[in-house]
Amino acid sequence: MLSSIRTLWYTFLHLFHRSETVQYPEEMPYLAPRYRGRIILSRDPDGEERCVSCYLCAVACPVDCISLQKTEEDGRWYPEWFRINFSRCIFCGFCEEACPTYAIQLTPDFEMSEYERHNLIYEKEDLLISGTGKYPDYSFYRVAGLAIPGKDKGDAERERPPVDRHGLLP
Amino acid sequence: MNPIVFGLLNIVGILLALVIGAALLTWIERRLLGFWQDRRGPNRVGPFGSLQVVADMIKILFKQDWIPPFADPVVFVLAPAVVMVTTLMAFAVVPVTASIGIAGDMNIGVLFFLAMTSLSAYSVVLAGWASNNKYSLLGGMRAAAQMVSYEVFMGLALLGVVMLSGSFSLAAIVRAQSGLWFVVPQFLGFVVFVIAGIAETHRLPFDLPEGENELGAGFHTEYSSMKFGMFFVGEYIGIVLISAMIAVLFFGGWQGPLLPPIVWFALKTGVFVGFFILLRAALPRPRYDQLMAYGWKLMLPLSLLNVALTGAVMLTHW
Ligand code: SF4
Ligand code: SF4
Repeated sequence: MLSSIRTLWYTFLHLFHRSETVQYPEEMPYLAPRYRGRIILSRDPDGEERCVSCYLCAVACPVDCISLQKTEEDGRWYPEWFRINFSRCIFCGFCEEACPTYAIQLTPDFEMSEYERHNLIYEKEDLLISGTGKYPDYSFYRVAGLAIPGKDKGDAERERPPVDRHGLLP
Repeated sequence: MNPIVFGLLNIVGILLALVIGAALLTWIERRLLGFWQDRRGPNRVGPFGSLQVVADMIKILFKQDWIPPFADPVVFVLAPAVVMVTTLMAFAVVPVTASIGIAGDMNIGVLFFLAMTSLSAYSVVLAGWASNNKYSLLGGMRAAAQMVSYEVFMGLALLGVVMLSGSFSLAAIVRAQSGLWFVVPQFLGFVVFVIAGIAETHRLPFDLPEGENELGAGFHTEYSSMKFGMFFVGEYIGIVLISAMIAVLFFGGWQGPLLPPIVWFALKTGVFVGFFILLRAALPRPRYDQLMAYGWKLMLPLSLLNVALTGAVMLTHW
């Protein structure tokens, strides 16, 4: 009985507490930079697409909502098309973790409601941004040993020249 | 003014004030609950969300009004009307002020009030019965047992007030409190009456007839649209009724300094309506057997003790 009355009093005092509500559309909540929201495809510092069509994100995705098709041009691999079905995506971030080139990234934006479900299927044009996202300096082809036009084997950062297998010196 | 016209004005005014007040209460309750839970409550529609009532009305009126094929149609339709009618009728004897009020001077006012609240138990029981659904029936049975048993202490708790004022007329009871509010000499009676009142309106924490987590929605599980709305409004009118009765019986009704009587009445009633909502925000629901044991083993002896003590004091001091 007494504890009930104390409960009543404490509850009454909450009348003078500040309300915790964030008046969402007018007042935006703070989203951390690593918030897992709308997915983007980023570009490297040279403005080239980072995605190398390795399919790792599509494999990692637990709900199978990523699909893409590889294509090749001058030794570089690109996705011919890249599609994420956001009506299925659970924003787990596994795709971002799986990606070896920091291409696919989740951003702090969740306002992507649509009236029609098929509008939630984002194509490559919708996903690709012109910036580098969370990793401004990383460029896969600059650190990878793959030869592409303008960069031969051994020219990458911190890469030694390839071993001459026909030489006699150790 | 012509007394008949004045009487009619009284009736229409009180009726309108009650129904509108009860509708507004749905919004006030949600806002207050919000504040007490550190939220904001409905604040979007209209200034401070006050038009939420209108939005809800429109919504509830356009809902499908469905009578389940397995229900007893006549009783099913009648049940929500009963709660509205009886609680509204009970207001006939509430003296709002010395002049406003339909039959505040009726010489059996207290008995009339008790009779009407007892009748409103029928609405819940019939609703549960007519729905022909086991959860509804369980809710109805609970309501019957709860309301009938708390009815007893409610009547007994009032007896002290009746003894002190020497009248069953509510207006006379208010006038008898011009010196001292009855809440002081009748504190025990007041406590018992408030608790019985909560059980009578089957509000939280004594809302076992509805008990969402055990019974779906209890006696009104099968109800939809405005029939459900009538149960809802009936419940809110019940709250206003019990609050008004607390104000009249224990807090001197319309009497108070400075402000006009009607403001005092509204203020006192409003405080108790707020208290009812606070109860909902703060307290958990007891188990059913706890509720009954609490009633018969604690409230009944307490109210009898109150009557006996009041009688003893009156005998020795007058
Ligand atoms: S966030 Fe998770 S669910 Fe969404 S695309 Fe990436 S891996 Fe799939
Ligand atoms: S894991 Fe990264 S690089 Fe591989 S296909 Fe997905 S986005 Fe492209």
